Amino acid sequence: MADQEKTSAPVTRRDFLRQGSRVAALTGLGGFAGLLVSKLKSETLVWQIDPAKCLRCGRCATECVLKPSAVKCVHAFALCGYCELCTGYFVPEPNELNTAAENQLCPVSAIKRRWIEDPYYEYTIDETLCIGCGKCVEGCHRFGNGSLFLQVRHNLCLNCNECSIARACPGDAFRRVPVSQPYLLKTSYSHG
Amino acid sequence: MTMRGRSFYALVLSGTAAVWNAAAEQRFPPPEFESGHQLPVTTVPPPRALWQEYADVAVLLLCLGLACYFVYRRRSRRSVLWLSIFSLIYFGFYRKGCICPIGAPQNIALGFFDPAYAVPLVVAVFFIAPLLVALFAGRTFCAGVCPHGALQDLLLIKPVKVPTWLETGLSVLPYIYLGTGVFFAAAGSAFVICRYDPFVPFFRLSGGLTMLTVGAGFIVVSMFVGRPYCRFLCPYGALLRLASLVSKWRVRITPDFCTKCRLCEESCPFGAIREPVPPPTNPMELAPDRRRLGLFLIALPALIAVFALIGNRVAAPAALVHPTVALAERYLDPAKPPPPKVPTPDSLALERADHDPASVLSEAARIKRRFSRAGWWFGGWVGLVIGVRLISLTSRPVRTDYEPDRGACFACGRCFMFCPNERVRLGLLSPSELPGTEPARTDTAPVASGDTGKPKTAT
Ligand code: SF4
Ligand code: SF4
Ligand code: SF4
Ligand code: SF4
Repeated sequence: MADQEKTSAPVTRRDFLRQGSRVAALTGLGGFAGLLVSKLKSETLVWQIDPAKCLRCGRCATECVLKPSAVKCVHAFALCGYCELCTGYFVPEPNELNTAAENQLCPVSAIKRRWIEDPYYEYTIDETLCIGCGKCVEGCHRFGNGSLFLQVRHNLCLNCNECSIARACPGDAFRRVPVSQPYLLKTSYSHG
Repeated sequence: MTMRGRSFYALVLSGTAAVWNAAAEQRFPPPEFESGHQLPVTTVPPPRALWQEYADVAVLLLCLGLACYFVYRRRSRRSVLWLSIFSLIYFGFYRKGCICPIGAPQNIALGFFDPAYAVPLVVAVFFIAPLLVALFAGRTFCAGVCPHGALQDLLLIKPVKVPTWLETGLSVLPYIYLGTGVFFAAAGSAFVICRYDPFVPFFRLSGGLTMLTVGAGFIVVSMFVGRPYCRFLCPYGALLRLASLVSKWRVRITPDFCTKCRLCEESCPFGAIREPVPPPTNPMELAPDRRRLGLFLIALPALIAVFALIGNRVAAPAALVHPTVALAERYLDPAKPPPPKVPTPDSLALERADHDPASVLSEAARIKRRFSRAGWWFGGWVGLVIGVRLISLTSRPVRTDYEPDRGACFACGRCFMFCPNERVRLGLLSPSELPGTEPARTDTAPVASGDTGKPKTAT
């Protein structure tokens, strides 16, 4: 009997230690979860571009973990001048004001141009084509109303823990916004 | 060039400075249409709905439960395999590997250190649930639920044995990687574990060239080394390993008793099976181990201190990963290049810094201080990990059976079928054919899980 106790002693001690550590770990995890609850907010956060800060640098097209990027050009129609010579649509000094590809600024011809009434044209973005390069946005910003702007499209975005465009954005334009208001849109013409 | 010169240049050249944004735009008042044209509305496609996130949690919990059932009750490798294929498809290719606990320690760290960041509830559950299960049933998450594990597991075609010294040496890496992830998340709001995940680019079928190359490397290695990421890198696996070291039940190779027939000895592709170690006959045998243990225990604080110092030193260069710090450093660079004719993203960033140098510089200084503080902790952690690893080498286990190592076993169930007792249990072998020394047993009924889980004590 005494013999047996000696040989089995280390095992029981180990078991005891193990059980103790388990209880400690469980308590720790429980406490940790409790602490965590205080850090939880019911609102999840998602990434979005502040159009006022965006510098239209082109990195949105290249830095997203998705190819093509989850960032697309978005049009605030109420802000648009419906210009015949849209500087977001046409290259500088286009040959003709028509839809020929060589006249278009967009590298993938994602902007659709539609005549509405003289002399107004409507421009719509085909998001299945847009790569988020921001060329049109730059054109519109420089000489137009700034009605074209870039937004993270949440039907595509994976909501990475750390948006890889945000890391590279020179304008510091990316920020986390509450999921209930996932867009930072430009809306309408405000002065003049 | 002076600061004023630079900003003037920026204004003239590109007009891109954020402060002038609103003023520059809005040049042509919108038309009033005579045809009564209705303006289209800007669409706002919503993010994934909350119920979908909760569905992910439900799938996780269900899979965890099934994995435990398959490993402990059914003892069926095939069921585990099918479950892991499902998880690979669901969590891997459908959810793009981006709903997983591997990166979760970073979210949690950021949640504690950045008041502006809220840890999503789903992430918190994904972090806690597998750990909780591991405290009771070992790494069943790794067996059947983790898409990373499943991918590597399926790729394994010809496992080679990793030499013990290498395995021991590399086994500190996951803890160090975990520390690195938490360090960067806490100090710099960066998620390095996500950024350098080798398999997620494959789940998404898109990614940078570097990560695709690293991923391809891991995939090739996975064919010959069982689960290289899990064993030598996975930061969450490090936590699961700790939890399963103290788990209530454990995976056992045999359903009832071990005859020490050694048939299972080489069956684990992850080198997790340990052979029996008899208790020392002479207590004096333990003396050298004890001496070493004492030595290491005394050396531990010194080790931690040395590494903490190193950590503090490397923190300054590490701070450069933070964009603001990088911007500030470039801004201060006396040899900063003149702005090019066509603005590049970098020159645009410098311009932005020009508009508000004070806040960029003070923010950068604040982040750098945070990095150097976190550097102490990170270094100390590395020292602790190495020290504890050394100490654990001096402890001598007592084992009566062939058993998987508690920490290293992924609960995949490969070894079960190598055990003749298991074959008897399944009716594939008659008890009289059993090899080994012990008398054959006749009862082939499956043993209750509480029973199988209990480690055998010495008799
Ligand atoms: S990276 Fe930033 S500045 Fe560049 S286009 Fe995207 S949002 Fe705009
Ligand atoms: S120019 Fe670039 S951002 Fe604009 S619509 Fe085309 S692809 Fe999209
Ligand atoms: S969060 Fe990820 S998927 Fe979304 S825009 Fe950023 S990098 Fe792309
Ligand atoms: S060790 Fe990590 S990567 Fe491997 S299966 Fe477990 S959690 Fe997944």
